Amino acid sequence: MTTLDILFAAVGLITAASAILAVTTQQLVHAALWLVVTLGTLAGCYLILGAELVALVQLLVYVGAVVVLVLFALMLTRAPLGPSPDQSISGVQRIAVALVGAGTSALFASVLLPALGGQLRPVRTATTAGIATQLFGAWVWPFELLSVLLLMALIAALAVSRMPSRRQTSALPAEESLEPEMPQTPVGVSS
Amino acid sequence: MIHMWLPLVLVCVLAGAGAYGVMVRRNAVLVLIGVELILNSANLLFVTMGSVYNDKLHTGQVMTLFLITIAAAEMGVALAVILALFRDRGHIDLSEPGL
Repeated sequence: MTTLDILFAAVGLITAASAILAVTTQQLVHAALWLVVTLGTLAGCYLILGAELVALVQLLVYVGAVVVLVLFALMLTRAPLGPSPDQSISGVQRIAVALVGAGTSALFASVLLPALGGQLRPVRTATTAGIATQLFGAWVWPFELLSVLLLMALIAALAVSRMPSRRQTSALPAEESLEPEMPQTPVGVSS
Repeated sequence: MIHMWLPLVLVCVLAGAGAYGVMVRRNAVLVLIGVELILNSANLLFVTMGSVYNDKLHTGQVMTLFLITIAAAEMGVALAVILALFRDRGHIDLSEPGL
């Protein structure tokens, strides 16, 4: 065991445990908070593997932005705060899903581990300057394409959230003849 | 020096946990958490391969940066879709039929 091995094993154990907790916990907000632990320790894994820039971007974008989005989504959809076992399927289906998940892991392991698992390799730290040179040199067109993708995602998110609800649009023509102020009925209440 | 099986086992565990989370959850936001875990396992595989193989273009790390950006964009659109779903149906339980 080398020093990097021990460091990676320590951080990786936390990552794996919190990832499993994030998908098995019964409390919705806890799932999002375990995701924070998973993504944060994964940034530590990147640091051990010599990818400082990726680790910092992971902290900025994932732990900073994506988790906030998840928490916002949970709050805006009125997630229950206590333990809520009805958020997951149960019974035979759950056992079958656990088997499929374990099978996925086993499939990946059976491909990756025999091919590369036994090797002992030096970790090559890439400097930020070197990555930047390649990013704005060889990878500049994918990079620009990605900025277009981000713009499209922004516009799409705006368009989807401004889309009128199906209940409102289907209810409007009948109600327009009766009362002009009918669209004030709350949307979330089932009729 | 690092033994390659350590990061690779973590990749397998993350992918399996993510697949389990996508299938077992009924709440749409929790399904997204599973998707994030799968994406992160792909990221870790990219970084691992990028750091052990001598590649002049730094493909592993650059691809990870791209994938993080794509995941952020995906998250924004998915949140908008989930909120539209919630406005439309009043719940985001994926195992129940719409309307």
